[in-house]
Amino acid sequence: MQNNSQLKGYLRKDGRKGIRNVIVVAYLVECAHHVAREISSHFRGQQVHLIGFPGCYPNAYADRMMNALCTHPNVGGALLVSLGCESFNRNRLLENVAASGRPAHLVGIQQKGGTRKAIAEGIAWVEEAMQTIANVEVVNLQVSDLIVGTVCGGSDATSGITANPAVGKAFDTLVANNGIAIFEETGEMIGLEAIMSQRAITPALSEELRKSVEKAAKYYTIMGHGSFAPGNADGGLTTIEEKSMGAYCKSGNSPISGLIKPGDIPNKPGLYLMDVVPDGEPRFGFPNISDNAEIVEMIASGSHMILFTTGRGSVVGSAIAPVIKICANPETYERMQDDMDIDAGKILFNKASLDDVGNEIFTLIQAVAGGEKTCSESLGHQEFILTYKTFDPIGPGCLPV
Amino acid sequence: MSKLIQIHPNDNVLIVRQTILPGDEETINGIAIVFDKTIGLGHKIASTSIAAGAIIYKYGVPIGSALNQLHPGDHVHLHNMKSDYIATYTLAKEFIHAK
Repeated sequence: MQNNSQLKGYLRKDGRKGIRNVIVVAYLVECAHHVAREISSHFRGQQVHLIGFPGCYPNAYADRMMNALCTHPNVGGALLVSLGCESFNRNRLLENVAASGRPAHLVGIQQKGGTRKAIAEGIAWVEEAMQTIANVEVVNLQVSDLIVGTVCGGSDATSGITANPAVGKAFDTLVANNGIAIFEETGEMIGLEAIMSQRAITPALSEELRKSVEKAAKYYTIMGHGSFAPGNADGGLTTIEEKSMGAYCKSGNSPISGLIKPGDIPNKPGLYLMDVVPDGEPRFGFPNISDNAEIVEMIASGSHMILFTTGRGSVVGSAIAPVIKICANPETYERMQDDMDIDAGKILFNKASLDDVGNEIFTLIQAVAGGEKTCSESLGHQEFILTYKTFDPIGPGCLPV
Repeated sequence: MSKLIQIHPNDNVLIVRQTILPGDEETINGIAIVFDKTIGLGHKIASTSIAAGAIIYKYGVPIGSALNQLHPGDHVHLHNMKSDYIATYTLAKEFIHAK
């Protein structure tokens, strides 16, 4: 095991530890987006991130997500920007952030007297809050304090050979060191219900895992999305099970300890499946309209950082949590090096084994936890998206006791 | 350097990590194999003898089964293997029940 005694984290009132100390500026409806962006832009290059929910109509999921995000361990304080007539429950969010021991403030654009005055008040508050949070207690951080999520985007034929299984190796090491690992994409696990459910630590969880993939299969069928496209066969994939394994292997080989939904925070060390497919009849369209929607959900469930595998070359990062980009394809890496943290494609040239790249990822997880910036962080990427969804609470068999 | 990679020790297929060209030679399971066609990145090659109906393992898990006897060096794809997946849920089933 690596010596990580030098790692430090920002201690929060709920006992969780952050690896960053960010002020979030959160718009509570699209009508407040510009004001919030002007406030956060004033602090360009500093730890001030823009997040928000564009909808005017209420949504329990969005409400829960915003509360989880504004009290994420990487967040030191939150400025809420409200137009004034939107239906978002701003007062409860404000109370929750304040109760979590963080500086919190609400700027109402209508109440304040318009755009200019709201921006001025917001900037003044953030300046003060940044000084306040500079004094947050810093404590030792262990690998066992970390929650790490993984997603893939822009996959190609190399993804399932290099980057994805290498992330699986890193996840195995993380779980062996009592950390928490989260994977998702039940929509890409069709054909693996039996294989995945066998990894559950309890029979009740096994059943929940199987049901989550069935739900995804049903949902995507209604959305008109086929699972196995002709292009897959060109890349050497023969069966749906094989295609699904290419994404699923990011989960590694550890037992599966639980099933969570966005905003649920894992309660014990181990590996967790996140079910991101909405419950009930499809209502608001695709489960997640782009990669960042999944990233935000993993952050809402407490992920300190995200491992993002890509073959064709995604450039995104995220607000709140660093994104580590693991490039599966050596040609893409050559072309887009500035955006890629790890070159997993070297496996194709026999320059490294899957275990080597897995170790490289695990080492980088610790460095990033210690403050080292990822490529997307250095480049200023802070993508964020939150849309309407509907979820039922998880069942009793989903979390380890 | 071999153009093939074994992803998991329990696998009975190897994965092409650099395009195989006609005339390329690889030693698979101690047997020298000379390929007579181009096989692209990501495709599967049998690493051992696999009987008709036997399970194909990749990532250490079943990904389907062989349609006929496979020999080391055989290109394994749509023509000689099939999915064993039976959907536990199908839309059609639900529509039938609804009617």
